[in-house]
Amino acid sequence: MADIGVNLCGLKLANPTVLASGIVGISKASVSYAVKNGAGGVILTYEGGMLNSVGYPNPGIDNIAEEFSNLKSVGAPVIGSITGKNAEEFAMLAGKINKMDFAAIEIVMSCPHTPGYGTMAGQSTPEITEEITKAVRAKVTKPLFVKLSPNVMAISEIAKAAEKGGADAITAVNTLGPGMVIDIKSRKPVLGGKIGGLSGDALRPVAVRCVYDIYKSVKIPIIGTGGVLTGEHAVEMIMAGATAVGIGTGVYNRGISVFRKVTREITAFMKENNYSTLEEMRGKAHEE
Amino acid sequence: MKNEMPVTVPIKKVIDEANGIKSVILPYRLNAKPGQFAMIWLPGVDLKPVGVSYQDESSFGITVSAVGAWSKKICEMKAGELLGVMGPYGKAFKLEGKNIVLIGGGYGAASLMMLAERALKEETNATMIIGARSSDCLIYRERVKQLGLKTIFTTDDGSFGEKGFTTDVLQKILKEEKADKVFAVGPELMEKRVAEICLENNVPCEISIERYMKCGFGVCGACSVDDEGKRVCVEGTVFSGEEALKIREFGKYHRDGSALKKEFGGKK
Repeated sequence: MADIGVNLCGLKLANPTVLASGIVGISKASVSYAVKNGAGGVILTYEGGMLNSVGYPNPGIDNIAEEFSNLKSVGAPVIGSITGKNAEEFAMLAGKINKMDFAAIEIVMSCPHTPGYGTMAGQSTPEITEEITKAVRAKVTKPLFVKLSPNVMAISEIAKAAEKGGADAITAVNTLGPGMVIDIKSRKPVLGGKIGGLSGDALRPVAVRCVYDIYKSVKIPIIGTGGVLTGEHAVEMIMAGATAVGIGTGVYNRGISVFRKVTREITAFMKENNYSTLEEMRGKAHEE
Repeated sequence: MKNEMPVTVPIKKVIDEANGIKSVILPYRLNAKPGQFAMIWLPGVDLKPVGVSYQDESSFGITVSAVGAWSKKICEMKAGELLGVMGPYGKAFKLEGKNIVLIGGGYGAASLMMLAERALKEETNATMIIGARSSDCLIYRERVKQLGLKTIFTTDDGSFGEKGFTTDVLQKILKEEKADKVFAVGPELMEKRVAEICLENNVPCEISIERYMKCGFGVCGACSVDDEGKRVCVEGTVFSGEEALKIREFGKYHRDGSALKKEFGGKK
């Protein structure tokens, strides 16, 4: 029987599939549901009000403290994901969330479609990546993951900057783009904010290449994320160098049980090809 | 895999249903089952989930109460103007039994009309209860007459039909007649009361739960309910009364677009 357990910066994942940030995970209940459907780890994302409520005490703060207590009941490591406008805001939020019950913290400086954040705020340069990572590192005692954008010239340099700033792992990658779809009858962009990140099949080859490049440039583990819909895609990511794989759009394509399906397919692939651990496949695409 | 982009079509017809409530008929073959919903895109404004209230071979309709920016704009629209359609999404009602009761509170009756029409076609004995604050907010008064659907109207102020709540009528019906199944859509506190009454009377029921949604197809997480995390858009919106009563937040609170909890009944 193949061993598909993963040790990610001390986090014990029963399998390498991780619910990616920005998908489903808005509450303890929603991430629990992903775990029940096979996720080895889950990323819970603060956006908008959640984030503001953490930042600025208001009547909601009690709800939020309750929301993120006793996360062990979720049944898999829960990673708290935050985003901010600048190093100061990132650090302030990270300090608050570090006190909560999360197993690790992910900082996202790569959102492609929110003005004031991520790539739209110029956060995807090596200098700013290092500055933000350092500021957060100073406030965080838990494993720190940095989620990177694929929309850059040299992602390996940015990964290096995150590692230098004190990151324990790299989540690669965020969505491509931003992209736009225009409805030609009403002549209006379709998405709510007019633009949005591109994910799924279109993203996967880019994500695999990013993971491949990052694996060569840093020593810290990588959560390979972007278009992983099947076990074969997960193996591809692992061969590029990923320790775990993030799944987001797969929830849309294959339903919430995508985690269980992907895990089953990884196991089947390993059996057919005589691999007994994930380690034996990791980074194998780099061998001459 | 469904196409996740809206298909834009011109409004075929607008129906004035009641004070601040309109129906919009769209020339689009949606093929929804009773209880399912569509995501309706108002170009340049927003995308929202709406129950299907009318459907035939070539078109379907939604019934909208003017409450927010999106719904107010929809209620001002005229024939020929464009709306985008995605769907159908969600679980459908299961029509079972010889005698059924349907309860629509406010514009909740909208999501029950397809089921009522099917019941009439299948010669199920259906009784509809439609309730509202006052007579000017009651929808489908003409429509149910034309359909020949046995309907009891209630108003909180007694300005039309029976004075009181839909749940009062339900209790009376369950005491006096035999009902095999109850279906309810309306304010969540009404739905919870229906689920409790049905449990006490040992009658199966199905209700449709409303939650804030961004996507409608299970990806955004906005409609995940505590504690189990079921997504209302995929695992619902139709739940059995038993399932609904197991949802901790049912009748207590819901989450807004920023995932913050809001209590039902006006608090917080």
